Amino acid sequence: MVVTTAPETEARVRGRTRRALIDCDFHDELDSIKDLYPYLSQRWREHIESYGTRGPGGAYYPRFMDHREDARPPSGRRSGSEMAHSRKDFLDPYNVAHAILIPLTPAGRQMNPELDAALATAVNDWQVAEWLDPEPRLRASMIVPFEYPDAAVREIERRASDKRFVQVQFSGRPHEPMGRRKYWPIYEACARNGLHVMSHAFGSYGNPITGSGWASFYLEDHVGPAQAMQGNIVSLVAEGVFEAFPELKLVSVENGFGWIPSLMWRLDNAWTLLRSEVPQVKRPPSEYVREHVWLTTQPVEEPHKPEYFSQLLEQFGEMTSHILFASDYPHWDSDNPDMALPPYLPKALLDRIYYENARQLYGL
Amino acid sequence: MKHVVAAADEIPPGSRKIVDLEGRSIGVFNVDGEYFALRNRCPHQGGALCEGKLWGVLKADVPGGFEYSSTREILTCPWHGWEFHVRTGQSWCDPMRLRVRRYDVSVETYKVSVEGRYVFVEVPTGRPAAAPASVSSRAR
Repeated sequence: MVVTTAPETEARVRGRTRRALIDCDFHDELDSIKDLYPYLSQRWREHIESYGTRGPGGAYYPRFMDHREDARPPSGRRSGSEMAHSRKDFLDPYNVAHAILIPLTPAGRQMNPELDAALATAVNDWQVAEWLDPEPRLRASMIVPFEYPDAAVREIERRASDKRFVQVQFSGRPHEPMGRRKYWPIYEACARNGLHVMSHAFGSYGNPITGSGWASFYLEDHVGPAQAMQGNIVSLVAEGVFEAFPELKLVSVENGFGWIPSLMWRLDNAWTLLRSEVPQVKRPPSEYVREHVWLTTQPVEEPHKPEYFSQLLEQFGEMTSHILFASDYPHWDSDNPDMALPPYLPKALLDRIYYENARQLYGL
Repeated sequence: MKHVVAAADEIPPGSRKIVDLEGRSIGVFNVDGEYFALRNRCPHQGGALCEGKLWGVLKADVPGGFEYSSTREILTCPWHGWEFHVRTGQSWCDPMRLRVRRYDVSVETYKVSVEGRYVFVEVPTGRPAAAPASVSSRAR
């Protein structure tokens, strides 16, 4: 493993006048599937050339702009596909002390189980070679074929000793609610290896974003992740995952966070009525949520009255220590670190959201 | 204060030029022969608004119907796609409360005469000589 010090660019030196950030949603992108070819065996390259990749339908609502055009590297390749450019365009000028890589790739949603496993391990190898090795500020989400838990656990065991992988990645819409028994071997492997579980919005394994079926417009898809994530959190609590794996931590990325307080009230209420159905839920659900769930800021809530934002954080109470700054660079709806959070919030709180909460969660 | 930003034929219809004036980045647009200038900073999160795409105006009276006027005068921010009317700086989604600062643009010409071997340009007192298009920094 080659460890290089990040070059002292002018942007990096100038960036140091700003507060240091930890960015919990930083996208390393493939320009095309061919970027993975150096990390795939010939057998799989030929398979992809002949049969392509194939996931279930409905995952992708075409959008007017996928990435920020102004983040495109000079080569013309996709925004976010070149580490050196991402470093110069974002990490250095914004004084990003650490960024958590979240790759959104065809891996994790293939109908062909072996292809899914092969792609997952190739993406992880790509992350090591082109992102983690040359840039020590980065940490990575581990891609696993999460719908095939046996293969997922094998990949986790393969990678666990590389502590730069800090969490295992789920898409926002897995085949079953995340608390279901199918996924427990993955949670067991994560808990044993000190890895968090992370759910990033969007992606699909064939389920619509709503509880009523398929939406017509990208707009609907765009505001949908909150619903999906709520369902997954409720499932993890109700099935007793956090009782079975007390060390497990869930990170919710790009699903919003404003809905957490009201979800906790509603869950606690329902639990007092229905506790006997779920004896595995030994404590009020809000306690599990407060102890096990972290949430990123982007896309940040933008209430019509600015004071509502402070009121929202009051409702979080101590759980503000679980709110993590995220930029979502280089996607079109990413948040500008300078303007994501109201600047009139108490400095101690801003320090926690921009830096300290993530530092503690990821041991940085 | 007026600033000279370009020769008129430097910004043909459908094109734009981004300039720095008095510490502000300002985009100058030529829409069908008329010039407009907007602050190159989106009021949402500060993105470089004037680098965004210019669209026509798309309206719908009923779902499934549409009316598209092809004059490209809706400027969209490259960050989050917020839309502003390039003529007025008004936001499409919140025209009463949200706007981006606009600036006056004029194209000026000077009287030229030839006397003997010499070419004369008449410049009214107090203005810089030569180039024609200028942007007034007095904001509206």
